[in-house]
Amino acid sequence: MDVSAFQIIWFVLWGVLWAVYFMLDGFVLGTGFLSGFLAKNDTEKRVLINTVGPVWDGNEVWLITAGGATFAAFPTTYALMFSNLYSALLLLLFSLIVRGVSFEFRSKLDSTTWRGAWDTAIVVSSFLPALLFGVAFGNIFKGIPMKNDFAALNFTYDGSLIGLLNPYGLVTGVLFVLLFAVHGSLYAAIKTTGDLSTRAANLANKLWLPLLVVAVVFLGYTYPATKLYDNFLKAPVLLIIPVIAVISLLLVKVFALKGATYKAFTFSCLTIVFVVFTGVTGLFPNLIPSNIDPASNLTIFNSSSSLLTLQIMTVVALIFVPIVIAYKIWVYRVFRARISNDDITGNSEAY
Amino acid sequence: MDVLTLSQLQFAATGMFHWIFVPLTLGLSILTAWMESRYVATGDETWLRMTKFWGKLFLINFALGVVTGITMEFQFGMNWSEYSRYVGDIFGAPLAIEATLAFFLESVFIGVWIFGWDKISKKAHMITIWLAAVATNVSALIILLANAWMQKPVGYVLRNNRAEMNDFLAVLTNPYGWIKFTHTLLSGYALAAFVIMGVSAWHLLRKNEIDFFKRSFKLAAVWAFVTSIGVAVTGDFHAVEIAKTQPTKFAAMESQWETKRGVGMNLLLLPDVARECNSVEQLCIPNALSFLAFHDGNAEIKGLKEFPKELRPPVAPTFLSFRLMVGLGTFMILASLVGIILSRRQNFSDYRGFLTLMVFAIPAPYLAEQFGWLVAELGRQPWIVYGVLKTADAVSKSISTTQVALSLLGFTVLYGLLGAIDIFLLVKHAKKGPEKDLAAGSLREALAAQTEKSSSGIINAQGRA
Ligand code: HDD
Ligand code: HEM
Ligand code: HEM
Repeated sequence: MDVSAFQIIWFVLWGVLWAVYFMLDGFVLGTGFLSGFLAKNDTEKRVLINTVGPVWDGNEVWLITAGGATFAAFPTTYALMFSNLYSALLLLLFSLIVRGVSFEFRSKLDSTTWRGAWDTAIVVSSFLPALLFGVAFGNIFKGIPMKNDFAALNFTYDGSLIGLLNPYGLVTGVLFVLLFAVHGSLYAAIKTTGDLSTRAANLANKLWLPLLVVAVVFLGYTYPATKLYDNFLKAPVLLIIPVIAVISLLLVKVFALKGATYKAFTFSCLTIVFVVFTGVTGLFPNLIPSNIDPASNLTIFNSSSSLLTLQIMTVVALIFVPIVIAYKIWVYRVFRARISNDDITGNSEAY
Repeated sequence: MDVLTLSQLQFAATGMFHWIFVPLTLGLSILTAWMESRYVATGDETWLRMTKFWGKLFLINFALGVVTGITMEFQFGMNWSEYSRYVGDIFGAPLAIEATLAFFLESVFIGVWIFGWDKISKKAHMITIWLAAVATNVSALIILLANAWMQKPVGYVLRNNRAEMNDFLAVLTNPYGWIKFTHTLLSGYALAAFVIMGVSAWHLLRKNEIDFFKRSFKLAAVWAFVTSIGVAVTGDFHAVEIAKTQPTKFAAMESQWETKRGVGMNLLLLPDVARECNSVEQLCIPNALSFLAFHDGNAEIKGLKEFPKELRPPVAPTFLSFRLMVGLGTFMILASLVGIILSRRQNFSDYRGFLTLMVFAIPAPYLAEQFGWLVAELGRQPWIVYGVLKTADAVSKSISTTQVALSLLGFTVLYGLLGAIDIFLLVKHAKKGPEKDLAAGSLREALAAQTEKSSSGIINAQGRA
């Protein structure tokens, strides 16, 4: 196989890593920022936090892997994306830092003010990444104002943090927030018991319509704002991807109405994965387009590693990713039980 | 200040902060796993209480190791994009491999360990902490191989305006990396052992839980002694490797200005950078430095004056950091040796002077760790990749001074706050001592043990769907 085959393999893996990350951290973020509204008292908050307790760090590692994979497979993209989006990424980083320690610290001291402060921190630091990821991806779909001369090694960027908050970026941001909100409340519904579980399921039902509206706006707005549809028009069979996303989204509602929350959650997983696939398919072969100069697009061809590095990384991924998936499935099985108030009170190990 | 200086400050601050938590994670994960294994093998409840007590310290510390690590990974792209572009073909791979191989394993199984006490069998629970501990150590190996490549670049060619990998095996077997790994790992083990000794000494001074803390101290003292010796031996190998590959760093570490044969080692020495000489040189051990560097008393050592000024690292901080690290290492060997001897005595808790000393010795390994990195990284300057790429050429071009100044300020405030809270929690938990009875935990475990008998498989009946 020549280098372009491996570049395509890594493009696919790149998309898969982001999709899995959003599917898994999506419900942690969603449960996190909804915990402030869903829970009526301290115990319920603890229950919600403990539904994600055993898995949040493992889920976040998909992000670290996505970052690492970008670095290894497309170093030029990694370099320019991270430095061009410096301020946005910094905000993201701070949020993720605060979220992580909030989980860990919350129950390490027996004081109401202490816990209250961390609870607020969890809500804010879960909401911000959801929004920021959406805004960032919206801007990536749209292209960012960079000029890259690959031969002369001259790279310039003339955007700003405020510039990222354009209407299309914001719509994508809201889309992500609502996707994760529905996803997170369904997760809470299947992981808790009694009244809390019912309330969570109801919330998912209520949030679904706004999500649908924003999703429609997003799909429509994408046509004038981006070039994402070009690939789909060139090869219409690809339309199956957005179609699966839309059908999954409809099925979420169908099952949520019936009270079949497990099924509804399964389809919200699929919705997220296929929304990401839709965006990534539209981007191909770009990783990050430029919206001022097509020759400046960062593509899988002009920003990738050498053949040897891509080959090594492929071998590593083929061996270890299945192992990771296997033990993650085992862990989700170990912790498949719903969590009730009684499980939390008097448990010194819980968050 | 410019983007370069600010970025350097930020990288140093965030790296050193990450490094406050990492060594304790490296050492305490293994020690906790060891304690839990003893419990599983003997059924002795004290081992279980030790596992839980030291394990909780490990977790509080671990949290900050994790969140500060993500910063490190992001920063290569954010602040050092020219670096990332230039060496990403080689340097990116270990970062991605580290995540797939080590971070997943460790974060997933730590989760199981925290929340799984009554969900899986005792043996399986013990295995989860071993998996997490091994993963932490593997992660250290991979990241240090990456760092070692910056110190001694191997297995690459300059092509397509960048460094491209042409020999992966050479990167994996870089001797610089393996020495770095053993030295760093052992230093983390020694640090954890000193923390256990210090906390135990604090309680022994107050006659709390004498049996519990004496046992902890005894175990830790042996660990500390063996690993501190190991740290010194591997440190010496490190110096030999540096003398060969980075003569500028070696000369700065020793403040050696003139090129000479059969160089001695001055126990008292003070560099005078402006006049390019040493203002104090006392208590010289003849030929010692040549011997340490090349294991040959007559070997020639290149002095700093051999190199143009702009290729020399900052001499005074490199030299001082190195001396302080070695001094602290020597102290650690002696202190742990005395610890082994005294902790075997019946009336160990009466040695109040020594116990007090051990409480105050907790910062010693921490300082040595920080000095170690200062030697390694400052001594490599002005290169970011020794001999290949200058730090000044590695910094991002599309970021502004304001951006980096603000982010540095943000990190300082956020990290300062989190560090203070974490240390507060660690101290509070350490002072509180172990749970008296195993309270809720052991009750549920007893219940779990019963249900386990009636249900086969690892997952007991409590995991109801
Ligand atoms: C408890 C911590 C500790 C202690 C007591 C020592 N070290 Fe160390 N040292 C480290 C912790 C450390 C470290 C933090 O792990 C470093 C930083 C980078 C590295 O590879 O290890 C390091 C780096 C480091 C370097 C520079 C490596 C480089 O440039 O890449 C040398 C030459 C030594 N050490 C040598 C010694 C010697 C001869 C010691 C004698 C006792 C010693 N160290 C004690
Ligand atoms: C965690 C412990 C570490 C600490 C405390 C540390 C410390 C430092 C310090 C003090 C500097 C600044 C040197 C200067 O500006 O003169 C620096 C720079 C740097 N180090 Fe490290 N370092 C650590 C680990 C690593 C590792 C593991 C890597 C690579 C895998 C690494 C890569 C770099 C890079 C890219 C720079 C920026 C360029 C430079 O200033 O040299 N560091 N580090
Ligand atoms: C500058 C280079 C470094 C980078 C990019 C880096 C990256 C990371 C990341 C992303 C995490 C979080 C993992 C998680 O979420 O579970 C982490 C944590 C950690 N890192 Fe670092 N790190 C660096 C330096 C080091 C060094 C030098 C060592 C060891 C010798 C080390 C060992 C660890 C350990 C033991 C943890 C604890 C938690 C964990 O791995 O999950 N790191 N690091």
